[in-house]
Amino acid sequence: MAVVQGVLDERLTGYARESRNERLYRRMRFIRRFEETLLSLFDQGELNGTTHACIGQEADAVAVMEHLRDGDHVFSNHRCHGHYLAQSGDAVGLLAEIMGKDAGVCRGLGGSQHICAPGFKSNGVQGGIVPAAAGIALANQLSGSDAISVVFIGDGTLGEGAVYETLNIAALWRLPLLVVCEDNAWAQSTPVSANLAGSMRHRFEAFGIPVREIDSTDVLELDDAAAEEIQELRRTGGPRVLLIHTYRLCHHSKNDDDRPAAEVEARWLVEPLVVHGKRLTDTERQAIDDSVEAAISDVVTTAKGLA
Amino acid sequence: MIFAKELGATLRACLADDPRVVLLGEDIADPYGGAFKVTRGLSTDFPDRVRTTPISEGAIAGVSAGLALAGYRPIAEIMFGDFLTLTFDQVVNHITKYEAMYAGQAHCPVILRAPSGGHRGYGPTHSQSLEKHFLGVPHLRVVAASLVHDPRRIFAELLQQTSPALYVEHKLLYPENLTLAENGRIGGLLASEHSSPGALPSVFLSAVPRERCTVTVLAYGYQAALAARVVERLALEDEIFAELVVPSQLAPMDWDPVERSVSATGSLVTVEEGTAGWSWGTEAAAVISRRLFQRLRRPVEIVASDSDIVPSSKLKESSMLVGADRIDAAVRVAAA
Repeated sequence: MAVVQGVLDERLTGYARESRNERLYRRMRFIRRFEETLLSLFDQGELNGTTHACIGQEADAVAVMEHLRDGDHVFSNHRCHGHYLAQSGDAVGLLAEIMGKDAGVCRGLGGSQHICAPGFKSNGVQGGIVPAAAGIALANQLSGSDAISVVFIGDGTLGEGAVYETLNIAALWRLPLLVVCEDNAWAQSTPVSANLAGSMRHRFEAFGIPVREIDSTDVLELDDAAAEEIQELRRTGGPRVLLIHTYRLCHHSKNDDDRPAAEVEARWLVEPLVVHGKRLTDTERQAIDDSVEAAISDVVTTAKGLA
Repeated sequence: MIFAKELGATLRACLADDPRVVLLGEDIADPYGGAFKVTRGLSTDFPDRVRTTPISEGAIAGVSAGLALAGYRPIAEIMFGDFLTLTFDQVVNHITKYEAMYAGQAHCPVILRAPSGGHRGYGPTHSQSLEKHFLGVPHLRVVAASLVHDPRRIFAELLQQTSPALYVEHKLLYPENLTLAENGRIGGLLASEHSSPGALPSVFLSAVPRERCTVTVLAYGYQAALAARVVERLALEDEIFAELVVPSQLAPMDWDPVERSVSATGSLVTVEEGTAGWSWGTEAAAVISRRLFQRLRRPVEIVASDSDIVPSSKLKESSMLVGADRIDAAVRVAAA
């Protein structure tokens, strides 16, 4: 994990002394509370523009980032906060950025969807980040590095032609590229059933690319899958695909959710914090929740105070 | 040496001198060596860094973007400039955005090369000069090859920059000899160069010193070669004296050399092969009219191709595209 932007808050990124289960829970809780805090800051009129929260998908980001190291690169999309926070821990830089402040990670120029930090970039246009991530993988290959390039896309992104142009090239050239496809069942307001013909898995396999498909919100299962895929990518070259079937619990951006309430409610019962939280005692969970809460509150205060 | 070979030698030198340079493009590898043979021989000598790609212009541009973000210097060939449309998302929403939207924390110095232009009967989708659609894209440098600019200097300069560039190469330049200034002359014309800080050079060409010229002709690429012939012929046959300004960089445009020339001549003709309207010429007219309103004797004359498809029929194509006759007629009118 790359460390950026000054001092990290272990209340958010985890302590060396705590158990793996505690640490993973804390890191997911961090992302969840950051996103929920953003949404309330929007409601309070503190933020402008838009945001795409990843509530419900935190386990994907946390699991993948656990297995990256310095030199690896992550390219993310419009729904990038979780990826960025899991990769960098830089809550203050991100919040300041979304607040449009000079102290933000891109001086307020990029905002929510356009983040750049060591080993991390995001862009809000669907599809076009995939060839860029492949280009970074090609750079790694040319320079003889064993670093990998990871790109996060969603089910909706599978509608973009740039994805398939890139899969073809990445497979032909065996680029060290890991495509993490987070299928959260809905592309903005359109369900996968109205968006996608055939099989997601087959789309990748058509290029001879190995696909690890997992239907889970359990961070431990995802963590194991990510570990194996990333290890295999470093060992044998690429590309590879980690296809995660998950669910977005919040609206696409803000106040734009017309999904069936019952469907969403059912998914709240199996969301990552519930699933993994069961592995902790109530006391352990409460202690982490409290410390994340205090840290997030400090993040907001700090970011508000920045120029 | 003909321009195609000069350009190939330039790319070879770029590869040899700078291990960060990577060439991507469709059919660019040997033995084919590219649709216009510019890259012939390069993949044999630099197999890792000269790569033939699938027919995927969007990914060619996008993979180039990633290479550039990672510190490499990709130079991608888009087989026909017409296919630049397929790179537009990468150019507008990715390549030219990164450095600015990331507050200078990343650079994306992709160079796209695009064989462009008509007069070869290739028809509506293989003959266009689409660079006008890229002019004015913030943070994009649009550069045009010509016979009076040494591609070695242009590429050396582009490789010094962190900004991305589109380099358009009119196809009719490939078999022509490069004609660089020697002893202040190119052929029968006086030649001099102007370089503003931070901009690529412009070349001035005229039969007589600027003070005796009554019109400035602003042209680039292959049209500049046509315009040079017109300027020379009008001087010899009709004693109509024009100064031709040939910029290598179209956007952002260095207006200084144009302003200098028009300040003396009082009249301007712009020439481009792209279709008429919303164009380089209309931008030139707007800028020069504003800057030199009192010095202009007459409205700026804009020569561009018809706002239409480029027909396949050789006869119909030559009537639709700008040719020497249209330049000649416009210069005569504007010189008066």
